[in-house]
Amino acid sequence: MTKDRIDRRFAALAGEDRAAFVAYIMAGDPDAATALEIMRGLPAAGADIIELGFPFSDPMAEGPTIQRASQRALAGKMTTKGVLATVRAFRETDQDTPVILMGYLNPLVNYGFEAFAGDAAEAGADGLIVVDCPPEEADPLVDALDAANLSLIRLATPTTDDARLGVVVRRTSGFVYYVSVAGVTGVLEADADAVAPAVARVRAASGLPVAVGFGIKTPERAAAVARVADAAVVGSALIDELESHLSSNKNVTSAVLSKAEELANAVRFARSQKA
Amino acid sequence: MSLTAKPNDYTAYPDSAGRFGEFGGRYVAETLMPLVLELDRAYAQAKTDPAFQAELKGYLTHYVGRPSPLYFAERLTKHFGGAKIYFKREELNHTGAHKINNCMGQILLARRMGKTRIIAETGAGQHGVASATVCARFDLPCVVYMGATDVARQKPNVFRMNLLGAEVRPVTSGAATLKDAMNEAMRDWVTNVADTYYLIGTAAGPHPYPAMVRDFQAVIGAETREQILEMEGRLPDAVVACVGGGSNAIGMFHPFLNDEGVRIYGVEASGHGLETDKHAASLTGGRPGVLHGNRTYLLQDGDGQIIDAHSISAGLDYPGIGPEHSWLHDVGRAHYLTCTDKEALEAFQLCAELEGIIPALESAHALAKLGEVARDVGKDGVIALCLSGRGDKDIFTVADALGRQI
Repeated sequence: MTKDRIDRRFAALAGEDRAAFVAYIMAGDPDAATALEIMRGLPAAGADIIELGFPFSDPMAEGPTIQRASQRALAGKMTTKGVLATVRAFRETDQDTPVILMGYLNPLVNYGFEAFAGDAAEAGADGLIVVDCPPEEADPLVDALDAANLSLIRLATPTTDDARLGVVVRRTSGFVYYVSVAGVTGVLEADADAVAPAVARVRAASGLPVAVGFGIKTPERAAAVARVADAAVVGSALIDELESHLSSNKNVTSAVLSKAEELANAVRFARSQKA
Repeated sequence: MSLTAKPNDYTAYPDSAGRFGEFGGRYVAETLMPLVLELDRAYAQAKTDPAFQAELKGYLTHYVGRPSPLYFAERLTKHFGGAKIYFKREELNHTGAHKINNCMGQILLARRMGKTRIIAETGAGQHGVASATVCARFDLPCVVYMGATDVARQKPNVFRMNLLGAEVRPVTSGAATLKDAMNEAMRDWVTNVADTYYLIGTAAGPHPYPAMVRDFQAVIGAETREQILEMEGRLPDAVVACVGGGSNAIGMFHPFLNDEGVRIYGVEASGHGLETDKHAASLTGGRPGVLHGNRTYLLQDGDGQIIDAHSISAGLDYPGIGPEHSWLHDVGRAHYLTCTDKEALEAFQLCAELEGIIPALESAHALAKLGEVARDVGKDGVIALCLSGRGDKDIFTVADALGRQI
């Protein structure tokens, strides 16, 4: 499993000539049970891959939406062990959807890299994205993840030039996450025209599928990205939906899942309905 | 070699990866990595460029007012029973604290790099004021991120920054103090990568900041060394400074690191007490972790979430510490003491009454440990303390703590 699950998923999607829809949610947001319920519903709503955020007190690359999600999760006492328990519970109902954990380094330093890699693999996670761990600092973490057959998914950004790209894709596997805007999550919108050449460049340098995220809010934008990239990642837009239903007391899970379905359909049919 | 082995040359650090032993490094989002590496190259060039150093020296002399005096604190010397106490008078610098030393260095570097917009974080407001000051002087737009809690307790400095033309943006996330201001400054930087220079105020953050800020602040210790040799004919037995992020302290300590006879004391803020959860003593009460671009000692809970610090002094109210201090602590070259809010308040008043100097609450933490250091060095000893800032900004906080109305 693990790394292989990511590779299998991308191979299958390539066979269908469509991009993956990657849904990001935060473990423990708005509470552990609801987040698990949403996560379990995501594959049926069309999510091909799930990014499960693990909360951190100081999420330096996040915009206000994911900052608040992190704060809600921490207020509900979500822990790193709790995040892994969420993954384990998800795997009871789904063996095929890759799960990528995404967050910041300090909770992992605290947990211990080897212990974390072992527990994450055992829980059924497939990869890890650590926002504040650039390649120069990543070797100890990659050693631990390699031993557990987990991928460390790397980030490439608009500031990553060709020389740097070689550093970024060293010791990586699964896919590369292209951050389509210089900025925090969920604030600026990706420029689909600028994304296409960047994706081609990252794909050529890494030989891996390229997922695009950080600036996708609408089905239209998701579709535009899905035409040129191997995956489109949406996070803040789902969490905005969650948040707007928290205050109105409606069913949060079904609201988030129907938003996910809308975005997933846009991605699924993007290439067959080329404008 | 053990990571905490004693080095032969303490001044040979950090290494090229920005490491002081296991501490330091560059833990930033990939978007910022090229910028951090560019800064590293630009600073390395400026550091060895005589023209840059001459320009900096000129401004330090004529604008900042350096060298600052080394002053023999005669009445405090008597009060503490003999060891001669000297103050390095950083509070006499332009803008009233040591912060301007670093700001002057970094603003000249930012100009050299062609940056056209400056951002900074501030706690007490001293670094914000110093940043706003150099931005006014060099006609650069300046945005200062400041926790909303600090905006409320440091109003005079907020007004100063506004007078100097800076925009102060209150930060409401988290505990709305220095750590949250730093998060928000990082978010600004990652969004404005083309034109913006991040002027970090303390010897922390991703490499090269800890080394660069230290170098710009090392003028404190270098002058002290020269002045004490002239006045006493020998090196001091001890140097003392307060430590929040630790920039005044590392500036004071660094030129003495290889002088084995000089004992080095940093003083952390223990707020309501180390036994409570309301303190800011990262070394004494924290564990190593990663935050704000560097590996260092941090106040954190059992799950690696950062705990909000507390100190009566806004400038020490930070849950981390510069990585070089973490290393000096682990190798045992420097000793880190702690001082409560209450002890700092007493020292604040004592210094005002005996020496006619109202110290910053930050500096009062170092003053509070003079009795202990004086005992350590003995009657014939000589102590140099970094009086990092003046206390005008703190009079409202102190009046409030003493239950007095202004």
